[in-house]
Amino acid sequence: MLDFVTKFFGAHQAQHYLVLAALLFGLGAAGVVLRRNAIIVLMSIELMLNAVNLTFLAFARFPLVRESPMPVGGFSSGHAAVFFVIATAAAEAAVGLAIIIAVFRSRTSINVDEFDSLRL
Amino acid sequence: MEAWLFYIFAIGTLAGGAQVVLRRNPIYGALSLVACFFFLAGIYVLLAAHLIAIVQIIVYAGAVMVLFVFVIMLLNLKEEELGHERVTLWKGIGLAAVLIGTAIVVWQALRPAYPGAPVHDNALRVAGFGTLKEVGHVLYVASVLPFELTSLLLLVAIVAAVVVAKGKI
Repeated sequence: MLDFVTKFFGAHQAQHYLVLAALLFGLGAAGVVLRRNAIIVLMSIELMLNAVNLTFLAFARFPLVRESPMPVGGFSSGHAAVFFVIATAAAEAAVGLAIIIAVFRSRTSINVDEFDSLRL
Repeated sequence: MEAWLFYIFAIGTLAGGAQVVLRRNPIYGALSLVACFFFLAGIYVLLAAHLIAIVQIIVYAGAVMVLFVFVIMLLNLKEEELGHERVTLWKGIGLAAVLIGTAIVVWQALRPAYPGAPVHDNALRVAGFGTLKEVGHVLYVASVLPFELTSLLLLVAIVAAVVVAKGKI
């Protein structure tokens, strides 16, 4: 079966990872748009951030250029970018969940359709 | 072998991600997201990003998801508070159409950029690619200011989370 898959999709390289990242990003975006539960919206944002990380890593291993344009570090700069994205995502999750708790205290609901006022 | 592992991990990642979007109860969503992150860490290992794979498991599957599970259990939502949102047929069709369309567009757009066999495979070409030494060198030499600013960002996030969630200090 794998022979058929390899023949159909070509050799195993960057495209596969990038298509997977695109699918993951699409899933996350659909979750943000379709769901009304605020916690699930936050988790979908995490999915999208992970899709971006996957593209960074795919381009770090299979770059389109032979020499890296970065003066220091070369192609490992992609990994450093992923590191920063992970740190930012952790901060975003902490603040987002704190906001959800604060809103839940005043409205006893986490339905995003009811978040229609800046006042708590 | 590598191709087999890629397809196994990719199917696991997508199945976990789909569960997050489709499940009604957020606790099932959170646990499938943990599974999704573990499969994604496997994909990162296939991409020769060993350090990032470990960081993914420790920070995402460990710390961030524990935070999500804590909040879900703290809110302790009752069955009727979850609302009555359902995955309707049209939402399912739209989701499938968007995903398949995205995959086809990305696949066709990348086809001319990567012809034939992999030409620049950094896992074979660059010594120590993706190891702690290499990535640490980038973090501490090329981008030391952003690295230090990240610690400030995390401090601000900690303080902000406490201030926002506490109500009255």
